[in-house]
Amino acid sequence: MTTFLWVIVVLISISLLGFVYRLVKGPSTPDRVIALDAIGVGIISLIGLISILFDTGFFLEVILLLAILSFIGTVAFSKFTEKGEIIQRDRNS
Amino acid sequence: MTVIANILIVAAISIGTIFVLVTAIGLIRLPDAFSRAHAASKSATLGVMCILLGVFFHFWLNEGNFNSRILLGILFLFVTGPVGGHMMGRAAYLSGVKLWDKTVRDDLAEALKKKRERRK
Repeated sequence: MTTFLWVIVVLISISLLGFVYRLVKGPSTPDRVIALDAIGVGIISLIGLISILFDTGFFLEVILLLAILSFIGTVAFSKFTEKGEIIQRDRNS
Repeated sequence: MTVIANILIVAAISIGTIFVLVTAIGLIRLPDAFSRAHAASKSATLGVMCILLGVFFHFWLNEGNFNSRILLGILFLFVTGPVGGHMMGRAAYLSGVKLWDKTVRDDLAEALKKKRERRK
């Protein structure tokens, strides 16, 4: 079981290297943001596997926290690339 | 009982890892930003959901604590992964990222042109 989990950790690290390749090379900004979103997903699964390997349940809040932070980051970047500002001013007042 | 639990865990984690690897291959090899967003949002979400399901089964069946935070995490990823992919694809189109040069039809361009004419 432990050997299997380490093999899985290595495979996910290899796919994280693929995401980092797209993050470095990607020709446009949305490519890089998509790669960052995928990196967040890879880190979430790594945290799940490492909490099995270390035999503790204290890391499991980090999963929820990283999911929320990655979603907020993606939404903020997409609003910035679409409209040029993240939080819009109210022009009526 | 432990054998069945281990088979379940190994199957879920293996399927999830295969999906994450497919995401990496798609992000490296696909030609334009929209097909890369398609690969990243769907299969990465499914892969991380399968891996977290395996982790949840490990903590439930082998350790004996029903951890509801992992279930909340799975639900949250299932809701927000496709939404993030959609917003990023829409922002990429509206900010003028080029489609692949072998694309045959583009329905959103006609819809946008019609909307602009109606606004005038």
